[in-house]
Amino acid sequence: MIKLKVNGIDRTFDGDPEMPLLWYVRDILALTGTKFGCGMALCGACTVHKNGQAIRSCVTPMSATAGSEIRTIEDLGANGLHPVQRAWMELNVPQCGYCQSGQIMQAASLLKGTPHPTDQEIDDAMAGNICRCGTYQRIRQAIKLAAEKVA
Amino acid sequence: MRQIENVSRRKFLQGAFGAGAFVLAIRYVPLIPPLLAQGAPADWQSEADRAAFHPNLFVGIQADGTVYIVAHRSEMGTVIRTSLPLVLADELDADWNRVKVDQGIGDKRYGDQNTDGSQSVRRFFTTMRECGATARLMLMQAAASRWNIPVAECSTELHAVIHKASGRRLGYGELAAGAAQLPVPKKEDLQLKKPADWLYIGKGMKSIDLENLCTGKVVFGMDARMDGMVYASIEHPPVFGGKVKTVDDRETLKVAGVRQTVSIDPFKPPAAFQPLGGVAVIADNTWAAFQGRKKLKITWDNGPNESYDSAEYKKELRETAHKPGKVIRSVGDPDKTFPTENVVEADYYVPLLAHAPMEPMVALAEFKDGKVTAWAPTQNPQAAQAIVSSELGIAKEDVVCHVTFLGGGFGRKSKPDYVAEAAVLSKKLGRPVKVVWKREDDVQFDYYNAVAAMYMKAAVDEKGKPTAWLQRSVFPPISSIFDVTQVYGDPPHLAQGWTDLPYDLPSIRIENGPAQAHVRIGWLRSVANIYHGFAVQCFTDELAHRAHRDPVEYQLDLIGPPRTIDFTNVTYPNYGADYKTYPWETGRLRGVIETVAEKSGWAKKKSGKGRGFGFAAHRSFLTYVATVVEVEVSDNGTIRIPRVDTAVDAGIVVNPEALRAQFEGAAVFGTSIVRSGEITAKNGVIQQSNFNDYPVARINEAPAHTNVYITESSAPPAGVGEPGVPPFVAAFCNAIFAATGKRVRDLPLSSNFNFG
Repeated sequence: MIKLKVNGIDRTFDGDPEMPLLWYVRDILALTGTKFGCGMALCGACTVHKNGQAIRSCVTPMSATAGSEIRTIEDLGANGLHPVQRAWMELNVPQCGYCQSGQIMQAASLLKGTPHPTDQEIDDAMAGNICRCGTYQRIRQAIKLAAEKVA
Repeated sequence: MRQIENVSRRKFLQGAFGAGAFVLAIRYVPLIPPLLAQGAPADWQSEADRAAFHPNLFVGIQADGTVYIVAHRSEMGTVIRTSLPLVLADELDADWNRVKVDQGIGDKRYGDQNTDGSQSVRRFFTTMRECGATARLMLMQAAASRWNIPVAECSTELHAVIHKASGRRLGYGELAAGAAQLPVPKKEDLQLKKPADWLYIGKGMKSIDLENLCTGKVVFGMDARMDGMVYASIEHPPVFGGKVKTVDDRETLKVAGVRQTVSIDPFKPPAAFQPLGGVAVIADNTWAAFQGRKKLKITWDNGPNESYDSAEYKKELRETAHKPGKVIRSVGDPDKTFPTENVVEADYYVPLLAHAPMEPMVALAEFKDGKVTAWAPTQNPQAAQAIVSSELGIAKEDVVCHVTFLGGGFGRKSKPDYVAEAAVLSKKLGRPVKVVWKREDDVQFDYYNAVAAMYMKAAVDEKGKPTAWLQRSVFPPISSIFDVTQVYGDPPHLAQGWTDLPYDLPSIRIENGPAQAHVRIGWLRSVANIYHGFAVQCFTDELAHRAHRDPVEYQLDLIGPPRTIDFTNVTYPNYGADYKTYPWETGRLRGVIETVAEKSGWAKKKSGKGRGFGFAAHRSFLTYVATVVEVEVSDNGTIRIPRVDTAVDAGIVVNPEALRAQFEGAAVFGTSIVRSGEITAKNGVIQQSNFNDYPVARINEAPAHTNVYITESSAPPAGVGEPGVPPFVAAFCNAIFAATGKRVRDLPLSSNFNFG
C-alpha cells in the first residue's frame, strides 16, 4: 500500500508499484491535464511536481512516490491562476496546447529556484520539454514576464 | 451555389437550441470539385473529400442573446476554432463576448471538414460572411416588423438592431423568436460589410480556449473517457503489409490488469485508412496494456516489403532522377539550349519524415446497437465516419464522430486508421474501447512524408543567369496508399513548388520519375513543398554564389518583371483553388522578397567566420513567403539560429496574431527537418522509435527569435499553417553555406553533414 498526497488530497495506491505516476494520475485519478508524450522522459509532457520539484511522471514508478506530495497542473493555480499561467495567457503561448501543462509545470519549478533566469538558464531548464508546434520563443518571453509578475 | 434556409423549428435542432431560438442553415448546391474541373485526378483525396460538396453551416441565437456558432474544422493549434466563427460574428455585428462556439461533429452537411491543406479560412471565409450577413438582415427584418417601419431604416450595432431616427433599439435575443419565423432573404439582398467596417477581421482575437489550454482543462483525444471503457494497445506488423503468423499471449494474460488479447485483421490493399492489423492487448488501464504487449510472442509473415532498405532505396531514387522522366511542364527547348559548357548540376535529397505530433494516435469508440460513437483527435471526421462504416459494415450515418482537441496534427490526423481500430475492437468486445498508441507506434507506423531525390541542371550565361533549366524529382506518391500501382507524382503534389517554378527563363523542363512506395506515404505540413522548395531554392542560391551575385538580387532577376504565370496546357491544380481568383502572381513574390530584404537589413549582412545569412522565397498554399535566416556555427559544429525574418503575403488575414504564431512555429518545424528529420528502414522495419532517435528541435536548438512581417492585402485569404516551412528549410541551409562554405544537399544535417 502506497500512501501519497495528490493536489493536497490523501491517496492510497495498492496496484503495481512499477506503474508510472503518469498513468495513476491520468487513468485512475482522471487528472488528465498531465500528458503522455513519449514514456521515456524525453519530451516533458508528463511533468508534475513532486515535493515542489519538476519530475517526469512517465518514468516515476508509484513506488517512488510513497510519502510524497504530488502537484499536477489542475492544482497549480489553486487560488486562481499561477503567475506562469497568467504570463502564458498574456503572451498567447499555446498553439495545440498538448505540451503546455508540462511546459508550465517545468517553468513554475524553474522560477521557484531561479526567480530571474537568464536565457541560458531558461534553455537549460526547458530543453527537456518538447513543443512540436514550436512555441519556444513565446515560452522564453513568458517565463521572463512571469518572473516580473512574481517579483 | 449557396442556399440559406431558416430551420429554427426543425426537430433535430431542438437539442442544441431552446424554444424561441433562431437558427439558420446553409445548404449548398453541389459544385464540381475544383481538382476535377482542372482535369487532375482526385484519387489522392479521401472519399469524404470527394463527396463533400453538400455543406450546411449553422448559426443560432438564443432568446437570451447568446449566439452559437459551429466550428466545423478541427482545432490543432491554428486557432481556427476562434478565427472562422469570428468572421461570422463580424458580419453579424455580434458581441464576441456573447458568442459561444460549438464544435461540429463529422457531418457532410458542413461541407469539407478535412482540416489540412491550409484551407479552412480560404474555403469558408465567404460562407461565414454570408451566414452572418443573412442572420443580421433577418434580425433587422424582425425589428422592422415590430416597429412597423421599412427595414431600410434599420441598422445594427454590437448585438442590437437600432432605428436611428427614433432612437429605438432591440437586442438580438429579443428579436430571435421573430427572426425565426421569417423566410430567408435571397443572397442578392445581402449586404456584406466593407472592409473598413470590419470589427474583428484583420484585427483578430486570442483563442477562445486560451485559459483552458493553460490550465490542463482542454479535452484532447488522449483525455476522452467513457463509462465502462477498456484500454487497448496494439502490436502492429513491423513491416508494412505484414501479417500475424502465430501469437502466444500466455505471458501477456498473466500481467495484472490485462483482460484479453484480440487479433485485428490485416488490411486489404490498398491500405488507405484501414487498420494495419496486428494483436491488441485489452486492459484496465493504459500501463497494463503497454506491459502486456511486451510479453506477447508473435511471429510475422512480413510480406514483400521485407526487402525495403532505405539506404539502397536512396541510391535507386538518385539513379532514377538521372534518367529522363515524365515531362510535367516545358518552356522552350532545353535539349537544344543545353551546351556542354557552363553547365551546373546538383543532386538534392530529403528522407522520409514522420509527423510526431505531441499527442500520439488515440481514439475512443463505442459500438452499440449497430451504431458507433467515437471521440477522436481527428483532422478528418468525415473520413473517420467513412472508414469506420466500411470496416464495420454499417451506414456512415450510423457513425457519430466527435472531434476532440488535437495534440498536434500536421497532417497525420487526417488519416483515421486509429479511429477505425477503436471501432473494430469495440465491436468485438461489446464495450467502449480506447486505443492508445505509444510514441514508438506513432514513429514506426506513420504515413510518412515522401522521401525525394531531386536532380537540378542549368546552363548559365556570362552573367551566371540560366539560359536553360532542367529539374527532375522522384518520390513515392501519396496516391500509392489509395492505388498500389501509382508510382508517379500526382498533379496536386507535383504542383507544390515544382510545376510552378516561377522563373522567367527561355528554356525550362520540369520532370518527374517513378518510385514504388514501401511504406504508407502521406501528407505532412507543407508536403511536397518541403523537398521541392529545398531543391529549387538551394540550387538557385548555388547559382547566385557561383556567379558572385547577391542571392536576393539574383533571384529577383530570375523571377523577372511582375506577371501572372501562364499555365495554359499545363496541369496545375493550384491547391484546389480557382486560378482566376488565386493566380500565381510573381509581383507578390517579389513584394515579400523586397520586404524581407529591407526588414532584415539584408544589404548590410556580412557572412563568414561561422556566421551566415541565408535567403529563400516560395509560394505555397496560395501564400507568398520570403525568409532570411541567420545562423552561427561554432568550431565544434554547434548550430545556433539567433534570428529569422519572414515576410508573408497571405491576402486578407483574419487573425494576424494566429498567423505570426504559425510562422514562428513553422521555423521550428523546419529546424527539426533540417537538423535531424530522418526516418530510415532496414529489412522493411523502421529504425527510429522515439524522440531519442527521431529528435525534434528543442528550445535551445530552435530559432531564438522569428520576426514576421505581414503584407497588407485585399486579395482573397490564402493559407497560413504550412507556407512558412519550405522557405525556412532552404534559407536555413543557404545560411549554413554562407557560414561554413559547405553546401547542404542531403538532409538532414545529423546524417549527412560533418562540420569538423
